[in-house]
Parts: sequence; C-alpha cells; structure tokens
Amino acid sequence: MKLKTTSKIYTSLILFFLYAPIAVLIFFSFNSSKSTGVFTGFSLKWYGELFKNADIIEALKRTLIVASLSSAFATIIGTAAAVGIDKMTKKWVKSATLTVTNVPLMNPDIVTGISMMLMFVFVGRMFGQKSILGFNTLLISHITFNIPYVILSVLPKLKQTDKHLSEAAQDLGCTPVAAFFKVVFPSILPGIVTGMMMAFTLSLDDFIISNFTTDTYQTLPIYIYSMTKKNVSPDINALSTIIFFTILFLLVLINVTQSRMESKTKKLDL
Amino acid sequence: MQNKLVSLQNIRVKFDDDEILKGINLDIYDKEFVTLLGPSGCGKTTTLRIIGGFVTPDSGKVIYGGAEINDVPPHKRPFNTVFQKYALFPHLNVYENIAFGLRIKKLPEKQIKAKVTEMLELVSLKGFAKRNVNSLSGGQQQRVAIARALAIDPKVLLLDEPLGALDLKLRKDMQIELKKIQQQAGITFLYVTHDQEEALSMSDKVVVMDNGIIQQIGTPQDIYNEPKNAFVADFIGESNILDAVMKEDYIASLSGYDFKCLDGGYAKNELVDAVIRPEDVDVVPAEKGMLAGVVTSVVFKGVYFEIIIDINGFKWMIQTTDYQPIGAMIGISIEPDAIHIMKKSVYSGVYGDYSSFSDEVDNPEVETSNEVNTNL
Amino acid sequence: MTKKSSFLQKLIVAPYMVWAAAFIIVPMFFVAYYAFTDRNGNFSLSGFIATKNYIPLFIQSIWYGLLATVICLLLAYPIAFIISRAKPTTQKVLLMLVMIPMWMNLLIRTYAWMTILQDTGIINHILKLLGFGPVHMINTPGAVILGLVYNFFPYMVLPIYTVLLKLDGTLIEAAQDLGSGTTRVFTKVILPLSLPGIVSGITMVFVPSVSSFYIANKLGGISLIGDRIEELIRTNINLGAALSLVLMVLILVSISVMNKFTDEDGGILV
Repeated sequence: MKLKTTSKIYTSLILFFLYAPIAVLIFFSFNSSKSTGVFTGFSLKWYGELFKNADIIEALKRTLIVASLSSAFATIIGTAAAVGIDKMTKKWVKSATLTVTNVPLMNPDIVTGISMMLMFVFVGRMFGQKSILGFNTLLISHITFNIPYVILSVLPKLKQTDKHLSEAAQDLGCTPVAAFFKVVFPSILPGIVTGMMMAFTLSLDDFIISNFTTDTYQTLPIYIYSMTKKNVSPDINALSTIIFFTILFLLVLINVTQSRMESKTKKLDL
Repeated sequence: MQNKLVSLQNIRVKFDDDEILKGINLDIYDKEFVTLLGPSGCGKTTTLRIIGGFVTPDSGKVIYGGAEINDVPPHKRPFNTVFQKYALFPHLNVYENIAFGLRIKKLPEKQIKAKVTEMLELVSLKGFAKRNVNSLSGGQQQRVAIARALAIDPKVLLLDEPLGALDLKLRKDMQIELKKIQQQAGITFLYVTHDQEEALSMSDKVVVMDNGIIQQIGTPQDIYNEPKNAFVADFIGESNILDAVMKEDYIASLSGYDFKCLDGGYAKNELVDAVIRPEDVDVVPAEKGMLAGVVTSVVFKGVYFEIIIDINGFKWMIQTTDYQPIGAMIGISIEPDAIHIMKKSVYSGVYGDYSSFSDEVDNPEVETSNEVNTNL
Repeated sequence: MTKKSSFLQKLIVAPYMVWAAAFIIVPMFFVAYYAFTDRNGNFSLSGFIATKNYIPLFIQSIWYGLLATVICLLLAYPIAFIISRAKPTTQKVLLMLVMIPMWMNLLIRTYAWMTILQDTGIINHILKLLGFGPVHMINTPGAVILGLVYNFFPYMVLPIYTVLLKLDGTLIEAAQDLGSGTTRVFTKVILPLSLPGIVSGITMVFVPSVSSFYIANKLGGISLIGDRIEELIRTNINLGAALSLVLMVLILVSISVMNKFTDEDGGILV
C-alpha cells in the first residue's frame, strides 16, 4: 500500500514536470499583455494577430505541403522496400540494407542535415548556382528521414503475415501482383497507416534537418526558430498552443486507428 | 488402367549448394491417393511445391496432359494446395475464403454461392459461412482450407502435412474424413507427411523418400511387408534388421542359425539384410528356440509387452503377450514367411538394432538409431 | 523462389536502394570530402587540424550530455517500472502521457522553459509574491541540463519500459522464493535483465544531447558543439564539415561501445 502511494506521488511529479511547461505556455497564450510571467487578463488577441500574419499562414501551408508529399512518397517507397527486404534471401544483403536504413535513425539529426546540405551545396556549385536549397531539397530530406520509419513499421507486419498467404492466393488463380494486393496488402495495412502517420507527424515537426536543407522555403518550425531568435512574445505561445493541440489530435488519431485495427484482428481471435 | 495425370521425370533441385532432389521419377494417376512419406528434409515438400509451381526444377520435366509445364506459374496450374498452416486469408470470412478462387475466375455470384454451399457441405461446415476464420478451431480451419482448394475443381489436390498442427485425436478423425472427401470429390490427392501411420492408413500409393531420392513406391502393404531396403523397413514400423547370408535359395543364415525363408534368386552366399518385424517373433523356452538370448528390457504397452533381448550382441525387439522378466533366458522362433530378405544398400547397418533404443515411432522426425550396428 | 518473382522483388526494392544510396550514403562522403579539402576544393588537413581548438568544447558537450543522460536514467527508471507494473489500460494512458511531449517541437519545448526560467518569468513572479527575491535561473549550466533532460526524457522511459514489460513476473517471484529480499531481487534479477533497455535508453538520450543545438544557446546562453557547428557550417564549410565528421565518429563509436553491453541490436527506433 505504501509503495503504491509512493508510486502515485512519483508518477504525478514526473507528469507535472512534463506538462507544467506546456501548461504555462498555453496559459500565457491567452494573456492580454505582452508578459509571459504575469497574467494580466484573458484575451485572444495573440491568436488574432497570428491569423493576420501572412508569413505564418504561408509557412503553415508550406509545412503541410511538405509533410503530405514527403509522407506519401516515403510510404510508397518505404512499403515497397519493406516488401522487398522481407523477401530477401541473402542474409548479408538484408542486414546491409537494414543497417543503411538505421543510419538516419542513429546519426544525430544535425549530422544528417549537414551531410545532405553539403551534398546539395556541392551539386549546386557544380551547376554554377549559388544555392539550390529550397523546396526540392527540403522535400528530398524529409522523404529521406521518413522512409526508415515507414520501413520499420511495415516490416514487423510482414513478418507476422503468413508466408504462404501469397502462395495460397496464387494457387487459387491470382498473379503474383494480384496476390499481393488482394491478400498481403490488407494484412500489412495497419503498419502502412502507422508508418505514414508517423512520417507525416515527424515531417510537420522537424526543425533540425530542415534548418540545413532549405533556404528560402520556410516551414513553420523554421519560422518559429526565427521568431524565438528575436525575443519572447506571446504570439509564439499562441502558435505553440495550436501546434500542441494539432499534434495531440494526430496522436490520438494514430492510436485510435491502431487500436481499432487491432481490435478488428482481435475480434477474429475470439 | 487409370490415366496418367502428372509425371515427374528425373527432377533435380538445388538450393544454394544443397541438392534437395536428386532425380525424382514419379507418375501420378487419376483419382489416386498418393502419399509422399519421409523424414524432414527428405525433399517431399519440395516435390509437392514443384507440382504446385512454387519451385522450378533445375533439370528434369514436369509433365501434365502430355505437355511440359515446368515454367507455368502456379496461378495457371489446375492443381491446388492445402498449406501446412492452412494459410487462410485472415481478412476474409469462411464464405469469402472458399469463394476466393471462384471470384478470381469471375464466375457469376449465383454460381459462386452454389459452389461454396456445396463445398461447405462436403467438409461438414454448414452454417459456418459467415464466421471469421480465426474464430475456428484447427480442425475447422483445416476443412475450410480443403474446401477453398477444392472449390475451383483442381485436377490434383496437394496437401502439405495438413494434419501436422492438429492434436492426435483430431488427426485420426481427419484422416478418415480426408479419405472420405477424396472419394466423394473423386480427384487425385497428393499428400505429404512424415507420419508413417497416416501414410499407411490413407493412401493408395506410398512414395517413401529420403535424402532427395525415392526409396520405394508401392501400396501400403507392399511397403510394409516388402521393404526395399533398411531405410524403408526401419521408417515404416519397427524392424529388426540383421546381416544375413543367403546359403542357398530359401535358406538365410543369420546370427549363426540357418532360417527357412521364402526369398530366392540371390547368389550363393550373397550378403543380404534380413528384416524381421517384432510382432512376427515367437517367444519359446530357451532350449527350444532357434536362437536364444537374455531379456534386457521390458515395457508394458497395453496389448503386448515390448521386450528387448540380446542375442549374440544384437538387440532384438520383440512384441509378445507373454511377460518375460529382465534377465530371463528365452528362445525365439521365426516362421519362414516372417523373414524378408533385402539386397544390401547404403542404409545397411545403419538401422534395425535396438541397442540404443528410444521410441522412434513417436518421433519420426528424429532419426534415433543412427548408430552403426555393432554386429557387423 | 522462381526466377520471375526474384526479379520482381529486386525491382520493388530498387527505388529505395537508389534513394538510400543517393541521399543517405553519398551525403556521408560529402561530409568527409569537405572535411578534407580547403576553400578551393584542394586536399587539405587544415580543417582537421583546426578541430583541435574545439577539444575543450567537445569535452564540455560530452560532459553536459553525460550529466543529462544520468539524470534522465535516474528519473526514468522508476517511472518505467511503475508503468510496466500497472494495469494494461493504465499502462496505455501513462505511456501516452509520457510520450506526448516528445512529439512537441523541440523549439517550443525549449521556448517554454525559456519563458518560465526568465528573470521576469512565472517562477520569479511567484517567488516575488511569496516575498523571495528574484532567483537568476536562465543562462546557467543548470538550465541547460534541465533543458536537455526535459527534451530527451521520454527517449529513456520507452526502451526501459519495453524491457521491463517483457520481464517475466514469475522470475521476481522465483527470486523471492529463493530467499532474496526486495533490494536483492532488484540488484540481482530486475536490474541485470533490464540492462538492454537501459543501454538503448542511454544511447537514445546521449546522442541527441551531445549533438544538441539551440537548447544550450537559449537556456544557457552558451554554445555547445552542436551550436558551433551550426554557426560554422555557413561561414567556414570545411571546418564545419570536419567538426561534424568528428562528432559523427564520436557518436558512432559510443553507440557501438554501448551496444557491446548487450546482445540485442537495434532498439533505436522509437
């Protein structure tokens, strides 16, 4: 009993530590004055200012474009790759591919970002351009760091899938390609969806890599960076609040879809 | 007699550097129940997958309907497979699983429904159409897999150890059921198993394989009574396999005694293997026996006692209804028709001595008595 | 496998192979290329030689990283243990609560602490109301450590939790049955068995901590190696590349050293 109480207190303290800063942030986004230390009265004026700010709206649009495109590309390339990797018979080819896949996950983000930036700079100079950093390079970098997440969420689902399912479908008259889409695809779909949502969220959120791989094409995190560089101001709080709830919504969505898909398969087990 | 349906001609397959099949020749006839029997790794599943189209042989021919079909992909072959762990489609219910092949053929809905209903009846799963496949028991899933494969009227049904995942009781029931289904459907079954009992009780024809080579093809009775070599004799049932010398036709000398037997046509004094089944050995008083030895182990098996006796250093297994205590000196007597003579083969001396006996029948996967016969 | 399907499976991984080669492997070589050349593209060790001026900064960054990692471990282990022993539904909720802040943008999380720790922030405001003098917290080493711990804390909880969850409850009972006291059960059974999780947690916190940028800058008013690289890469590309290369090697070496402690590979993925 005593241990249980201690556990509860400890858990509460940790959660307080994790959420207090976010709560303070949200709290002061509704402050009527510029202070982020003294609450002078409730106001939505920072939100109003936010929506009037054309730069922010533009950055948001760009963030969504990059996140949608990069997660879509990463999902297609990554899913195809996972299917291929799963079927690899040569052990060393498989482990080499997986090691390369793990590189962006193990490497510090700053190194990943810089390595791509250096390549882009080099290629740019080769074509005599001062900088080719922009939308294209940003998209490439996002696809690159997203693919491993898709691969690593699809692979386990493929492993769980009975190897004979595809053969059974072919046996019953499907071509190999039709067999994949009719039989294998439905059973790895949860993994694909999770991977895609993770990729989308990571792309929305990324600052470190984007910081190196784009120049003029600013996404929201980069815009926030330039905002916080100057000073502390409640319009950042307002923006952060919106982002927090958006991320929260996405995460809940991922979880609900996941558990829904799981319960679907579980129902089958009953 | 019947029509030849599928022929394998000198099939060879290598995976990496492992030669899995070393020249397989096999004819399968219409409406036959053929079983490929052998220990794991003998190449029986590969043989099945070659016919199914999942493995392409490195050399040799697969013939169907008078034409070579080596390069015909699985989905264009009129053979269907029941996979080891059923491979039912988890996202489809029983009805849709069985209808899968029919839908690929784009048959009208009415026809599909009629066929699925017929199939459900055939495998005794009426009323299960809307059930999720994962909610079924192992035996029921098995039936769905069979119905799914039979629904599109294959010429041959390929079954890859379909009963392996079931418990003993269910397995026995399904054996009878499968035989019934085969007779009702009236098509050829090619059945892969490592369980000799299963093979003997269901098949019209048993193909015993080991090490990528067909050891013997024959009816269950042939295989049991007239094994071609020590491997077959040992793999099918229990056998005492001894070195023998054919003194002349119908006289085989083993363990120092000249036994009368029914085999002839061997050279004078040719070295051969002699098989004596444990149930064919009669226990008699020591002084009246053709051979005599000391009992080293007795195990009660219900209907009979399983006795191991040591005769001149060779451990015989005998099944008898008379209890004999350990240490007793007993004699044995063997009728001429209980002795089966085989030519020497690579398997001679590998099997048939019970000096390191552990229950082989229960573990057909594990080759236990690999010890070289000390009697040599 | 028939020959046809093996061709198909090669085709399906091909896009990823090409992508990974072009955007994961080749960029690594560009880091090396720029590290070993000078402004004019000629081979030069000058960038490398200059890195020795940054040895104290590397040591400082490693020190901060280690400190943050140790604090994370001490804070995270108990909470991971508590979560792993909770009821399944409680587990899900608690885990979710621990993970959510991780999905928030690093910039926003750091910015939140910045506003809180400021001399005019909410803590000092409350202290003032209670009659205590202002405490200077921003721009101290403590604030940097706090920022690192806060940002990377969930990375420590997750792998430890995963290992503890797999820990067989009967093992603990068996140890108790054999006469071990609570402390002994922990040191002799639970701790050794959770080592793989601890190791991967340490890696996952240490890597981003050492290579972090922005956090130390905003909360400590100092530059760690990450901050310095970020500045240099735009002004002195060769020196920046050389420092990145050193950082990358340092981190890959420490990861492989850490992995020596455990047989389990991977575990890097969130």
